[in-house]
Amino acid sequence: MSVFDIIGPRMIGPSSSHTAGALRLGLLARGILGRTPERARVGLHGSFATTYRGHGTDRAVAAGLLGMAPDDPRIPGSLSVAREQGLDLAFEPTDLGPDAHPASLAFDLEASGERATMVGASVGGGSVEVTEVNGRQVELTGKYDTLIILARDMPGTTAAVAHLLAAEGVNIAFLEVSREKRGREATMMIEADHAIPDRVVDAIRAFEWVRYVRRLRKVTD
Amino acid sequence: MFSSMREIVERVESTGLPFWQVVLEEEIEDADTTAELVLERMAERLATMREAVDRGLASDAPSISGLLGGGARRFEEWRRGEGSMLGPFVGKVVARAQATMEVNARMGTIVATPTAGSSGILPAILFSAQDELGLSEEDLVRGLLVAAGVGQVIVARASVSGAAGGCQAETGSAAAMAAAALTAMRGGTPEQVCESVAFTLQGMLGLICDPVAGLVEVPCLTRNVSAAVQAAAASELALAGLRFPIPADEVIDVMGQIGAEMDEKYRETAKGGLAATAAGRRLAASVRWEGPEFENTNAARARDLADAGQAPAPERGDPDG
Repeated sequence: MSVFDIIGPRMIGPSSSHTAGALRLGLLARGILGRTPERARVGLHGSFATTYRGHGTDRAVAAGLLGMAPDDPRIPGSLSVAREQGLDLAFEPTDLGPDAHPASLAFDLEASGERATMVGASVGGGSVEVTEVNGRQVELTGKYDTLIILARDMPGTTAAVAHLLAAEGVNIAFLEVSREKRGREATMMIEADHAIPDRVVDAIRAFEWVRYVRRLRKVTD
Repeated sequence: MFSSMREIVERVESTGLPFWQVVLEEEIEDADTTAELVLERMAERLATMREAVDRGLASDAPSISGLLGGGARRFEEWRRGEGSMLGPFVGKVVARAQATMEVNARMGTIVATPTAGSSGILPAILFSAQDELGLSEEDLVRGLLVAAGVGQVIVARASVSGAAGGCQAETGSAAAMAAAALTAMRGGTPEQVCESVAFTLQGMLGLICDPVAGLVEVPCLTRNVSAAVQAAAASELALAGLRFPIPADEVIDVMGQIGAEMDEKYRETAKGGLAATAAGRRLAASVRWEGPEFENTNAARARDLADAGQAPAPERGDPDG
């Protein structure tokens, strides 16, 4: 928790959790899809379900899905921008259960036949926590550039990725490798202290054992 | 970052550095950054905060719902007249707390300190103190660092989210941060900074988050006013040498506990408190949403939601109706 999380973000009002935080969750969901969605269904849990409109959550989520920053002056008009860009966006109340944070969003996105889902919470002051990506439990804060890699479960894959990052001077802050079953598919989550360059992402994608890679840009400033 | 006020005070004692610098040094270490970068970015945030105050005092523009608008300017005129007994400092605090909240409520640019719903308090205290004491921009940036240190402790021990802990977590935290900054900028000791936090927060405990129509407008704006005044008084209680018998860290803890036990209807859901009064519900039904811009791209679904009572109806109406 940086001093700039407390004195910040610089943002378009009216709510740090329901506007800026919702926008950041939209940005992260966009990152997981890897492009601007063509169709988005956004489930509103807890206080989002009752106050989303008054807090501009709809416009904030649209702005995030379109890649805007929390202080982008286009946020008040972002639903028009979404319509112009052909984004079919709809909100609906949802119940994520008693364990979900009282301000949570569930994203279901599609573009070019690809689909991505994400569940995340806006935990206050614009800070967010992503708890689920494409059905897998995760713990992401959006405070770091993050790599999500699905790869064949075999020796040397983590080292190969770590080597590419090290060669660019990117320090790994957190690394988590998990798998459902030995020899099948492993998930690698890497949060980095530095910006992860495009060429690293391209190089990872080029490994024949990589099935999927996404880089989420950090959403805090 | 620090997780207790006690820890910050101990660091001040062991290093001999002032409170603001202890917070700065910790940030430099945590974020692998430099003092220059932190101070420069803090100064930018301060500039945005000042712009918001100035714009709010100068404009009568309505909020997104039409429920607010022009109040800050109207109060500023009253304050400058002969009717006010608040004195220049508290009078300015009251006007400026409203100014930022009005800009926020019309989707203007503000700095969340620590949240947007409580963004009026810290700038009101900082800029009004600057007028009275002739403080420099550097002094205010240092005040922001003190406030940030207090905010970090509150996040570590409790919450700054209205959805998680009610209004006490938002305006209470902001006021505690503002009181600490004010006391430090006035040369108070680290203990007095802690007392400022305790004196402020003890008076905010239990405050619910009950936004009418789910907007960050009523009563958020006037809650920022009362919290800012609480901060001003608490800082002077501490500077006068008074002690609150419960340490700041324990007051913060109890704020977190009360928030965790608070009924959901009092945690930013617009289902309880002022939002659920007859007048509150009337206002919610008449909120003036400005045409299709405020609808989902899938408009039919939005109307279904409104019809089901999940959100305020999109029709235009008289906000006083």
